Amino acid sequence: MNNVLLQKVEGNKIHNRKVASETLLELAKKDRDILVLTSDSRGSASLVPFADALPEQLVEVGIAEQNIVGIAAGLASAGKKPFVASPACFLSMRSIEQIKVDVAYSQMNVKLIGISGGVSYGALGMTHHSLQDLAVTRAIPGLHVMMPADRHETKKMFQALVNYETPVYVRIGRNPVNDCYQSDEYEFEIGKAVTMNEGNDITFIAIGETVRIALDSAEKLAQVGIHCRVINMHTIKPLDEEVIIKAAKETGNIITLEEHSVYGGLGSAVTEVVSQNYPVPVRILGIHDEPAVTGKTPEVFNHYGLSVESVSKVTKEMINYG
Amino acid sequence: MEESTFLKRKAIEIRMDFVKMIYEAGTGHTGSSLSNTDILVALFYKVMNLDPKNPKWGERDRYVQSKGHAVESYWAVLADKGFFPKEELKTYSQFQSRLIGHPNNKVPGVEVNTGALGHGLAVSVGMALAAKKDSKSYRVFTLMGDGEQAEGSIWEAAMAGAHYKLDNLVGIIDRNRLQITGSTDDVLSNEPLDEKWRSFGWEVIEVDGNDMDQLVDVLSETPRVTGKPTLVLANTLKGKGISFAENTVGWHHHVPTKAEFDQAMDELSKQLEVFV
Repeated sequence: MNNVLLQKVEGNKIHNRKVASETLLELAKKDRDILVLTSDSRGSASLVPFADALPEQLVEVGIAEQNIVGIAAGLASAGKKPFVASPACFLSMRSIEQIKVDVAYSQMNVKLIGISGGVSYGALGMTHHSLQDLAVTRAIPGLHVMMPADRHETKKMFQALVNYETPVYVRIGRNPVNDCYQSDEYEFEIGKAVTMNEGNDITFIAIGETVRIALDSAEKLAQVGIHCRVINMHTIKPLDEEVIIKAAKETGNIITLEEHSVYGGLGSAVTEVVSQNYPVPVRILGIHDEPAVTGKTPEVFNHYGLSVESVSKVTKEMINYG
Repeated sequence: MEESTFLKRKAIEIRMDFVKMIYEAGTGHTGSSLSNTDILVALFYKVMNLDPKNPKWGERDRYVQSKGHAVESYWAVLADKGFFPKEELKTYSQFQSRLIGHPNNKVPGVEVNTGALGHGLAVSVGMALAAKKDSKSYRVFTLMGDGEQAEGSIWEAAMAGAHYKLDNLVGIIDRNRLQITGSTDDVLSNEPLDEKWRSFGWEVIEVDGNDMDQLVDVLSETPRVTGKPTLVLANTLKGKGISFAENTVGWHHHVPTKAEFDQAMDELSKQLEVFV
C-alpha cells in the first residue's frame, strides 16, 4: 500500500499518453534499437517531441494498421524493439490477425500501444471506441495485456516493458486522469496486482482509469464503516489469480470495474478464476453490450454505473447494508 | 557437375522428396509446392547467403514465404540444406510435429509464421528496414501467390517498401494463374499485375519461374535499382513436373492416389535421367 494516494487530488493535467511518450523518449535515447511506429498517429500519441528528438527511431507507416503491426514484427525479428502507437480502436480490431500471427504466434518482441482507448473518444461513436480489446487480446496465446491506472503507473509500466521480451498489448487513455499513486517511487511488477486499499467487507477489482473510481468509492464507503479492498489489476494477462482467490476468501463479495464491454474483459477474467476456485458473488460493472452512448468520458462512465454513487449502491446491495 | 545442371537436378529431387512426403502423410498442397520449387531451389542453393549450421546468423539473407500453404517444397529444401535432419520429413503433419502445414518458426530456417495470406510482405518490409537502420547488407526475399494479390494488406506493404526505398527487398510472385476455386482471372482479376506494382514504385521484372537459369540470373542481380524494391513476376505452371497435375485447378491440394504417386515418381525419375 506504499505510495497509494487515498485522498483524491483533482486537476491533474498530465495525460498518460504524454507520460508514455516521454518515458519512451528517455529510454530510446539510450537504446537505438527502441523504435516507435505510428500510423499518422504521432500527434494523438503525443509523440511529436519523440519524432523531433529521434527522427531515425520513429517509423511512420501512414494510415495502415495492418501494415504497422506486420512491419513491427519484421523489425523485431531483426532485433529491434518496436513500440507500435496507434489508436486502440483500430489497432485491436483492424490489425488483430497481424497481432495474432505476426506478433503473438511468431513470438516477436513487439509492444502494441493502443492509444486513446476505451471511450476516450467518447463523442466520436462506436468506430472510435475500443471496448472489446481486452476480450480479444487476452484470448490470444503468447500475448500479455496491460492497462495503467494513472501517469505514475504508466511510467513504471513503460520502463518495465522495454526489457520485457514477451509481446504485449497496452491500452492507455487519452485524457488526464486523477492520480492513484503519490509518485512513481514504488516497485512495479508486470503480472503482480497492487492492493491499493485494505479492507475485508468487499473487494473492488479495477483496471486502468476505473482504479480511481474504486479508490474514491472505498473512501466514501469508509465513512459509513464499510471497509473495501481495492485491487489494481494493471495486468489482465498474465492474471494475478492468487490475489483474486485471496480476496474471494477474505472478503466474499467482489465488484469489478472496467472501461470495457461487460463481456470478455476484467469481469470475465475475475469470474473465471473465482468460479473455478472459490465461488463468491461477483458484479461486473462495465459498458453494456450495445453501441456505447456518446459523450465525455465521465458522462459515459456515469451512464454505465462506473461512478462512486453506483459502486456504493451496488456494494450496499451485495453486503445487505442497512 | 555444372552448377546449372546441379540446380535443375536438385529441383527434381526436391519434387520427389515432397511428393513422397505428401503421399505418405495424406495431406498437402501438391500443385502449389510443385509450382514454386524452382524458385526455392534458386534462392536456397544459389542466390541467398545462408548458413544452415547457424540459422540465426545476423547477416543472413531472409526468406519469407507469404504463400504459406505451399510449405511442402519449403520443408524439403530446408531438410536437404541441413537446417534439420531429412529423416524428420516423415513427421510432416503428424501429431505434434513441428513440420506443420504452414511455415513455423520453431523450425530452423523459418523466420516468421505464415499461413494467413497477405502478411509476409509487411513483415519483410520491417526486416529490410531494420537492415537499412543497422547498415547491414542482407536482402529479404518474399514469395507471394498470385491469388494472394487480392489481399489489401499486400498493397499497404508495397507502398511502404517504395516509400522507404527498400532496394534490399525482393518480392516474388509465383504467378501460376490458378487459385483454389479456379483461374485468377475468373475469381478476381488482378491484371495488369506488372503495371500495378510499377505504379506502386517497384522495379518489376518478368521471368519464367520454372526456368532455373533465368531465375538465378534475375534473383542474383538484386538490388536491381538503387532506392527501389524489386518485384519478380515469376510465370509458373501450377503442378510443374507432373504431367497430369500441371495447370490443373484440382491439384491445389489434391493428394496423389497410389497410381498417381507411382506415375509421378516415374515421370520425375525420367526427368532426372536427362541430366545423367
